[in-house]
Amino acid sequence: MPKRHDLKKILIIGAGPIIIGQACEFDYSGTQACKALKEEGYEVVLLNSNPATIMTDPDFADRTYIEPVTPEVLAKIIEKERPCAVLPTLGGQTALNTAVAVAEAGVLDKFGVELIGAKLGPIKKAEDRTLFKQAMEKIGVAVPRSGLAHNHQEAMEIIEYIGFPAIIRPSFTLGGTGGGIAYNLEEYEQMALAGIDASPTDEILVEESVIGWKEYELEVMRDTADNVVIICSIENFDAMGVHTGDSITIAPAQTLTDKEYQLLRDAALKIIREIGVDTGGSNIQFGINPANGRMVVIEMNPRVSRSSALASKATGFPIAKIAAKLSVGYRLDEIQNDITRETLASFEPTIDYVVTKVPRFTFEKFPQADATLTTQMKSVGEAMAIGRTFKESLQKALRSLEIGSHGFESRIFSEPDGYDREISEAERDKISHSLRVPGWDRIWYIADAFRAGFSVEEVHNLCKVDPWFLSHIAQLVEIEKSLVAGKGKLIAKDATAEEFLREAKQFGFSDKRLALLWGMKEDAVRELRHELKVLPVYKRVDTCAAEFEAFTPYLYSTYESECEAEPTDKRKIMILGGGPNRIGQGIEFDYCCVHGAFSLSDSGFETIMVNCNPETVSTDYDTSDRLYFEPLTLEDVLSIVAVEKPEGVIVQYGGQTPLKLAVALEKAGVPIIGTSPDAIDRAEDRERFQALLNKLNLIQPDNGIARSFEEAEVIAERIGYPVVVRPSYVLGGRAMEIVYDVERLRNYMKFAVDASPEHPILIDKFLQHAIEVDVDALCDGKDVVIGGIMQHIEEAGIHSGDSACSLPPYSLPQEIIAEIRRQTIALALELQVVGLMNIQYAVKDGTIFLIEVNPRASRTVPFVSKATGRPLAQIAAKVMAGMSLSEQGIEGDIIPEYISVKEAVFPFVKFPGVDTLLGPEMKSTGEVMGIDYDFGKAFAKAQQGAGVKLPISGKIFVSVKDADKEEILESTRKLVKAGFTIVATGGTATYLNENGVAAERINKVKEGRPHCVDAIKSREIAMVFNTTLGAQSVTDSYSIRRSALMNEVAYFTTVAGIDAVTDGILAMLRENLDVKPLQEYHT
Amino acid sequence: MKAVLALADGRYFIGKALGAVGEVTGEVVFNTSLTGYQEILTDPSYHGEIVTMTYPQIGNYGINSEDVESCKPFLSGFVVKESCPVPSNFRSEMSLDEYLKMNNIVAIEGIDTRALVKHIRTRGAQVGIISSTDTDPQSLIEKAKQAPGLVGRDLVREVTCSEPYRFEEGVWSLEDGYAKLAENRPYKVVAYDFGIKRNILRNLNSAGCDVTVVPATTSAEEVLAMNPDGIFLSNGPGDPEPLHYAQDNIRKLLEKKIPVFGICLGHQLLSIALGGKTYKLKFGHRGGNQPVLDYARQQVEITSQNHGFAVDQTTLDNDKVKVTHMNLNDNTVEGVQHCSLPAFSVQYHPEASPGPHDAHYLFERFIEMIKKNKA
Repeated sequence: MPKRHDLKKILIIGAGPIIIGQACEFDYSGTQACKALKEEGYEVVLLNSNPATIMTDPDFADRTYIEPVTPEVLAKIIEKERPCAVLPTLGGQTALNTAVAVAEAGVLDKFGVELIGAKLGPIKKAEDRTLFKQAMEKIGVAVPRSGLAHNHQEAMEIIEYIGFPAIIRPSFTLGGTGGGIAYNLEEYEQMALAGIDASPTDEILVEESVIGWKEYELEVMRDTADNVVIICSIENFDAMGVHTGDSITIAPAQTLTDKEYQLLRDAALKIIREIGVDTGGSNIQFGINPANGRMVVIEMNPRVSRSSALASKATGFPIAKIAAKLSVGYRLDEIQNDITRETLASFEPTIDYVVTKVPRFTFEKFPQADATLTTQMKSVGEAMAIGRTFKESLQKALRSLEIGSHGFESRIFSEPDGYDREISEAERDKISHSLRVPGWDRIWYIADAFRAGFSVEEVHNLCKVDPWFLSHIAQLVEIEKSLVAGKGKLIAKDATAEEFLREAKQFGFSDKRLALLWGMKEDAVRELRHELKVLPVYKRVDTCAAEFEAFTPYLYSTYESECEAEPTDKRKIMILGGGPNRIGQGIEFDYCCVHGAFSLSDSGFETIMVNCNPETVSTDYDTSDRLYFEPLTLEDVLSIVAVEKPEGVIVQYGGQTPLKLAVALEKAGVPIIGTSPDAIDRAEDRERFQALLNKLNLIQPDNGIARSFEEAEVIAERIGYPVVVRPSYVLGGRAMEIVYDVERLRNYMKFAVDASPEHPILIDKFLQHAIEVDVDALCDGKDVVIGGIMQHIEEAGIHSGDSACSLPPYSLPQEIIAEIRRQTIALALELQVVGLMNIQYAVKDGTIFLIEVNPRASRTVPFVSKATGRPLAQIAAKVMAGMSLSEQGIEGDIIPEYISVKEAVFPFVKFPGVDTLLGPEMKSTGEVMGIDYDFGKAFAKAQQGAGVKLPISGKIFVSVKDADKEEILESTRKLVKAGFTIVATGGTATYLNENGVAAERINKVKEGRPHCVDAIKSREIAMVFNTTLGAQSVTDSYSIRRSALMNEVAYFTTVAGIDAVTDGILAMLRENLDVKPLQEYHT
Repeated sequence: MKAVLALADGRYFIGKALGAVGEVTGEVVFNTSLTGYQEILTDPSYHGEIVTMTYPQIGNYGINSEDVESCKPFLSGFVVKESCPVPSNFRSEMSLDEYLKMNNIVAIEGIDTRALVKHIRTRGAQVGIISSTDTDPQSLIEKAKQAPGLVGRDLVREVTCSEPYRFEEGVWSLEDGYAKLAENRPYKVVAYDFGIKRNILRNLNSAGCDVTVVPATTSAEEVLAMNPDGIFLSNGPGDPEPLHYAQDNIRKLLEKKIPVFGICLGHQLLSIALGGKTYKLKFGHRGGNQPVLDYARQQVEITSQNHGFAVDQTTLDNDKVKVTHMNLNDNTVEGVQHCSLPAFSVQYHPEASPGPHDAHYLFERFIEMIKKNKA
């Protein structure tokens, strides 16, 4: 059956902002879907609130709505656009839930819109626990014992026959939000109630624990003719009990016989057919009892998932693209396999390498959070590595994480000569505990357990990881010992040395790890490798284990005999990507890399991408001409450069990851294009930066550099508290803090010196109540073009990545803006920036302070590009490749008539016990954008996009610090006038009433019940305004913010935020928020 | 211990010895299955071949006494990237290396198997040699050149049973292992053993057949004397052309209008008996992911395959035989059916083992044919 001609216009729903459990894999899938459907000639309408995505680039859809992904907005767009169909299966759980909501509200029927990919019935059957269980019983596929509860009594009844440990899963939540494992009745009761609360349908599933069982996933695709294929099997390293998103996972499955694997496959086929997913990809999770092979199905996602992205990258089979084509009627055997060209998509990929995915966590950002891994996902990113063996693949994956690990560094023993030591009882306990309680670093403790003499069986009993994986780690530990012992073999530099070194590299050891084991410098290991010709070769990912020729250069390194890189002699430029997502370095940088590739390809260059993040568009094999799926370490990048010999390498697009390599790469003779590493250093090195400012006569807040506490104390005294302290060379405000007194400074120094031992501490005067401004600019060395000037809504002191901002500025005087432009241009020219530059200013009392200059792509580049319609990263890539701004016809600012507001999105809900207050350390995972002609409306849209439910009536709870009382008067007055009522704690209530704003008094938590938190929990409060000062006050008000978060009550913790949301709510009261595609704003 | 794999065209790979120490020759082929090495090792169709597994980690789940397709490994040699010394699976009884040693199979590991596979893909399957006793590549290349290929050889006589026998196992399940069979199975089937895989017999048994396995050379008359309801033509190794005795017997049996079902070599023999010709594929189909289109249902099934020869569609008499299945990778013939007689066959392996179960319906089709013929 060829494609459907009755469909003309298709609406694709995106996933909205990046959050834990829903990251840029849905940009990857959505982008593929947009491209595929446009290629087929359909008119594509897109809804997605996330400006940092490639899919929301105006070229990828015909009409792009950067609007909140909510049922109300979707309904408006459907009414306006009248699409023939809605495709909800490529935008994660958000898209699916939004589509279900509009379908159930009758909107689809009303406008005659069809759901394609998956219909409402199958979606509900897959997502609703009861229906799913019934369906599984019908087809004879086992599920864990389970029952549903909607209230306390039901929860207590069910646990009777399920027993402990029991798993609690709230229905219809993302990434397992609100779920957990209960080991006793007390825990169970608490979790069950929290779960019921977290579920939009007030429902939890309580399940027999299959903790410790082996966990598998199958990626399944089905077409309209009922052809079904399995794209990939994935085996989790971490046994059941750790969310698959937080597990190390391996493709393909390693420890199943064919008979057992076929049982999974048969079940998967039956499941997708019974659930009735029409077309496209689904993900099915299974648990297997390692003792007897008993198989149960855990869940099914009737949509493309994070694992689909992983499976696509792991096999080369583009699941999302094919899913999009299947949704419009194609059969699998009507779609070509891009990689082999001669075969079709109706087959099952087979691979001849091992893929390892390792999650990346950021618990350091949330010190109060419980870092135990559970069924609720907590990781923010992942790295994937490909190797010819598991050992190689695993070791490559570890160094891809960029957490300072280059292999199995010991956490217990001194290396390389301390392995023989007897460990203490405390150390033994530490190891046992780290194996038994899964944490992000368990795998390193597994290696230490073997070093400490634990047997595979002992380790398995503690951590339940399959002995197959454990044996490999045990072998690596043994190999490390023999490497240390055999070091002498290297001296002769003969054939024996070559074989010894080659074998080590075949096991995946990095030069850096070998250097440590051999007591050498990394450079020396590299030189030795070159001397002995122990160099990596590159193999192709081809979907078919070399059965057919591969036409796409999608490559990974290994140490074998035959290289398939086949580099061309075209003019080529290499772009280094950003590695795994983390807070502070996410999709925005991938966006820039992708734009770089598109733009240079347009200019006739061959583009080469290097990255190891499977979620991204940059690691799609058709984003660049050649893709190296490799760790972003000096060793791995230099090896690729040696094979490809690019004319230029771009390091300024992938965030801190490639930037950190710049100096070493340049030293090794790699042609870095764009701003010189020296200029980057001039901007990042405090002392050189100061000289630069003096030369240009620019002002920065008083500051100093301290290498000890004593120095810090002197500097802080000199410039006066409060001060901002941070380690040098960090991104995302890691370990940055505002310090109000010497005691806090002392505490900080203890902590920060740990955080970054080789770097000094930077101390800046903290500018209270200053307005922060972000500027993105382009420069070719001669001309400067301002990309955009953004005014932050939250005051200086809140990390720029966490602050909402407005483009153009909504309250800055013209002369300030003019001066900011002047300073930006002066800086760009002085630094001889070639490409992009980002500057942060703070404006206080009419004075402009320079906070930071980053001569590289910034987090705001995609937002600015969407807001102005000018693709900054594309222009900058061409600049770097030698095309001046004037040659490209780029001149003058674009100052839109409409307002674009960016708002940050936070992961607090995933971290029980974590405060939601913002500060100088970045905590947001994603962002959304709201556009309208009025600031209030744009802000309101941004809030809604971020999932904040803005009230238009009801009770506002206000509790603010003294300094803010006067400043909130105007906003609260306006809100009361608009019909809101105010409740406030003692001091605030008194002040408001005295100043003519009627406020009812409510108890603080410590003043007795009922208090403000009770009011929030009983849903009496529609919105919370809460600002605090000082540690005690922060602690006291923590429960207010936390309960607001958990009860989905809108809350604002800064005066500027309160003012902005007041504007927003008033705008909403004036008239309904309208929807409009980006393409119309841009014209 | 060092081992060398050398090909007749001069390419060689140096690796480590696995399994038995020794020297073997055979046609070097590759299999792309991710799982199922034990079934592959014991599939008699690999007789005369050195099998390279494209998946690099082999032996992960060890060897057990259940997952066997015949009484022993039949292949000549085995090539893997990395064999697993410490398998992990609740059914595992020994490691791959132990098993290979026990069965005297010479194997090699630690070579760039992907380079080998690409070489075979571009240059074609050819004779090769694995040796851990002679590790001089030049000497091995010479030996490989002297060794016989598959074309024109009757390998079936080397693997078929010597006496008729019955095989009493049904299909496997996790809970019960191989099923116990019902006492009275209604359909009397005679299965020609050209190198038969046990899972075919298990499937026939579980579908209600009372199967007698007979040697490949059993005459049509002897078979007819057993008064069968259906005749099964099994898989087996090598080239179908020289097997004139089998082709003649099939022709005679077809005349009696007894339902005939063939798999793999059985399919090639049936096609030849019906007037077709076969040819050697460049490097064959071996793996568990081959897409086959069933013309009748217009559906794609993912199939398990293992063959180096194929039926030439242009040689088939369209009035007598129709092609029922086609390979979507290379458009080769995957199934045929006689236009009027109750006879059909497929090139691939509906019994799977290893591989997907998509084509299981073919056993039911055979039963339907028998039922219809009996009625």
